[in-house]
Amino acid sequence: MNATQGPVRYVAKNMRVDLRLIAEMIAPGSRVLDIGCGDGTLIDHLFRTRGCDARGIEIDMAEVTRAIAHGAPVMHGDADTDLTQYPDGAFDYVVLSRTLQAVERPRAVLRQMLRIGERALVSFPNFGHWRVRWQLLWSGQMPMTPVWDRPWHETPNIHPCTIRDFFALCASEGYAVEKWLAVDEAGQRSPWRRFPGLANLFGEQALFQLRRA
Amino acid sequence: MDQPNFANINHSRVSFDDGLALDCGVTLRRLDVAFRTYGSLNAEHSNAVLVCHALTGDQYLAERHPVTGKDGWWQSVVGPGLPIDTDRFFVICANVLGGCMGSTGPCSPRDDTDLAEPPPWGTDFPPITIRDMVRAQKRLIDHLGIARLLAVVGGSIGGMQVLEWAVTYPEAVFAAVPIACAAKHSAQNIAFNEVGRQALYGDPDWHGGRYWETGRVPARGLAVARMVAHITYLSEQALMRKFGRRLRGTQAESPFQDVFEVESYLRHQGGSFVRRFDANSYLTITRAVDWFDLAAEYDGDLAAAFRGTRTRFCIISFSSDWLFPTEENRAIARALNQAAANVSFVEIATDKGHDAFLLDEPDFHRALAGFLAGCAEHAGLAE
Repeated sequence: MNATQGPVRYVAKNMRVDLRLIAEMIAPGSRVLDIGCGDGTLIDHLFRTRGCDARGIEIDMAEVTRAIAHGAPVMHGDADTDLTQYPDGAFDYVVLSRTLQAVERPRAVLRQMLRIGERALVSFPNFGHWRVRWQLLWSGQMPMTPVWDRPWHETPNIHPCTIRDFFALCASEGYAVEKWLAVDEAGQRSPWRRFPGLANLFGEQALFQLRRA
Repeated sequence: MDQPNFANINHSRVSFDDGLALDCGVTLRRLDVAFRTYGSLNAEHSNAVLVCHALTGDQYLAERHPVTGKDGWWQSVVGPGLPIDTDRFFVICANVLGGCMGSTGPCSPRDDTDLAEPPPWGTDFPPITIRDMVRAQKRLIDHLGIARLLAVVGGSIGGMQVLEWAVTYPEAVFAAVPIACAAKHSAQNIAFNEVGRQALYGDPDWHGGRYWETGRVPARGLAVARMVAHITYLSEQALMRKFGRRLRGTQAESPFQDVFEVESYLRHQGGSFVRRFDANSYLTITRAVDWFDLAAEYDGDLAAAFRGTRTRFCIISFSSDWLFPTEENRAIARALNQAAANVSFVEIATDKGHDAFLLDEPDFHRALAGFLAGCAEHAGLAE
């Protein structure tokens, strides 16, 4: 097909770095639920490149309309309340990308994710990044960075956490961390795979693959 | 008012001489299904979209109406390049069982007598259900040689038919788009229907439902029924925006005249309705809608009705619809989630009330077009 014909399809290079990394972790042909799926970019990508049965939930109605208009199966819903409707084990993967810090009850949402899905893929901006720490230490004010880019009174991110916090939560909840990685400012995988302490200092975003232990 | 002549129009239809067994236990000996189609059926018979019409709609969805002379009721949705694209899809719409635009209904001659010229069924027409309507449509689809519909789409009680299609014939429905509807009719909605029915019974021309014998129709009663119903199709904001408290020209001197513009609007709506609709059909269909409760056969568990479904669903509601509010639509989406079905659900922001599904709502049209295009792709339909 000529490039000028038809609607523009999402391609991986236009995707947010965490979405691209998440897509790489998902086995072809899987059943996937993307929570906070926005306009359905990841869903469309997973269907087109991996033949997945991918669906989404999104709280912003304008995004839901856009997603459906792109042909992505997305429903309006709230991660905090609407995951309880799904039956146990309905999905192979349940994805929560950059949304964990914005939900009311992150622990309950994670529990639901691992009830309805075999595996959970969770990405979040790391509040332990050195720039965040430095700003708070130096200015004594809530940090503002390219990732944490809204003032404290406007931010939807009511539950920020660090990579170390997240490891601790997984341990206390009894989740097995099957894979994890941190991404630096340039969107490159950080090399501190063996050193969570360094990842927590230099990683801008984190991505975890969890499984019920 | 004298009998309108809509019954004499030659609608295109198909007759099934083996009849139709109804939920009530009665078997209609003969079944007529009047229908219209738009676009063309492809060689694989895989591009058919069935549209189910609402209470007072009919099969003339995208062409000049033979009675009113007005545009089809979904002229802005069905056509070349429109959301239900007739360049791609073969669109079918059938007059519902119990209707008065050519399908078997209370205006049809009775089939349970040996008279040479049997009278119309009238109020003796057997009580029907939404599922009976869907069974009649299935006969048409079989007759057209279509094993699986790419999509079944409908708003309001058309949406109820869509849900019934997905539950009764899941293998024949690749995608379902129930719009502005509910899985059961609420007590409030039954109450509104009852006001309409009582208006009919109270009309002196009602004549116990055998009004054809007098050559007159219960026009006032039917018009009042329509006026009440029409209020429920709009929203408070839409009425304020359209009419506000504006008066009709000079102050009326008698309380029996129209004073406010909204009154004359409603009277006009009521008056034009009686020229295209039969009172007994109105009773038959509103009763069928009142009976509708999809979960009733599943001990009230709506999810059980959908268990194992492979149909792709797209539920669409409108924010100012108080006849079938978003919460009723969301309940359908939730039940589908419980059944692990593939479901999209969106509420379109509009102040136009329930009628929004008939009006120019760009977000609604985009969502509908996108969903159908996505379904066509998943179903492997050539572009």
